[in-house]
Amino acid sequence: MIYNFLNMDGYGLYVFSSFIFTFVSFAGLYLIIKSQLIKEQKKFKAKFGSLTSDKVLAAKSQKINKEILAAGTFSKI
Amino acid sequence: MKFFNQNKILNLSFKSQKIILIFFLLILSIGLFEALVLSPEDYLQGDAVRIMYVHVPAAWMSLGIFSFIAFLSILVFIFKNKNFILIAKSIAPSGFIFNIIALVTGSIWGKPTWGTWWAWDARITSMLILALFYLMYLMAWRIFENKNYVLKVTSLIAIFGSINVPIVKFSVDWWSTLHQPASVNLISETTIHSSMLIPLCIMTAAFVLFSLLIFLMKYNTELIKIKNKGLDRL
Repeated sequence: MIYNFLNMDGYGLYVFSSFIFTFVSFAGLYLIIKSQLIKEQKKFKAKFGSLTSDKVLAAKSQKINKEILAAGTFSKI
Repeated sequence: MKFFNQNKILNLSFKSQKIILIFFLLILSIGLFEALVLSPEDYLQGDAVRIMYVHVPAAWMSLGIFSFIAFLSILVFIFKNKNFILIAKSIAPSGFIFNIIALVTGSIWGKPTWGTWWAWDARITSMLILALFYLMYLMAWRIFENKNYVLKVTSLIAIFGSINVPIVKFSVDWWSTLHQPASVNLISETTIHSSMLIPLCIMTAAFVLFSLLIFLMKYNTELIKIKNKGLDRL
């Protein structure tokens, strides 16, 4: 039964290679974009940590910075 | 333009990514089961028809995303809102990947049905041209340093490239091609049976969710890049 499913009357190689190519492409794109995001988040946190106290206050007052710093769960995706 | 408030979008996208990923995996699993197990084989093509469940949604997505990028690029020229270009830039990578998937799976599908991996057929050639426009669009962001220049170049590539979109869509009607005409139509009668149409719709939904996930991740990356530059100026 498994052989029949994988063989698909001789078309199995074509069908499964199409599906595998699709999902390898998906995984590749996902990993590239995720690594870019983590890299930028790390850069942001490092830059934020190196700021002097008055600059930290100025940066923290910007709401968008708060969102980035608060998104600690993001890298777990 | 409150709808395009970056703070709100960033906050929403951080929260929604995990949910979208779960929904994507769930719908993809259902779609795969429908496509590979439940859906019937074609009376003529046999099981090779199952390639349709990745090929067709990928082709739809690549065309839809490029049209959306072109639309946003026109809006950039009209409203001068740079958020539109940021959205366009963030959605382009998934569109390009869908285009490559459509070309490669189409080629794999061509071998058992037409007896060839590739033919310089109107539909296939116009899809290849679309991939080149995607490539030019993505490369332009990497090549050009000047911000205003890159905005103009990418917008022009998208607008000029959108001329190719109706050519891709209607190539099977305008020319005699190896590629079959559309089986799923919004305005005229759909010629595909519901047992095949349902898995096709489920797989399309999964592809839409994947595109949304990639878009949100890329959009967040772009916003954080902007904030990093902002911190340098503090």
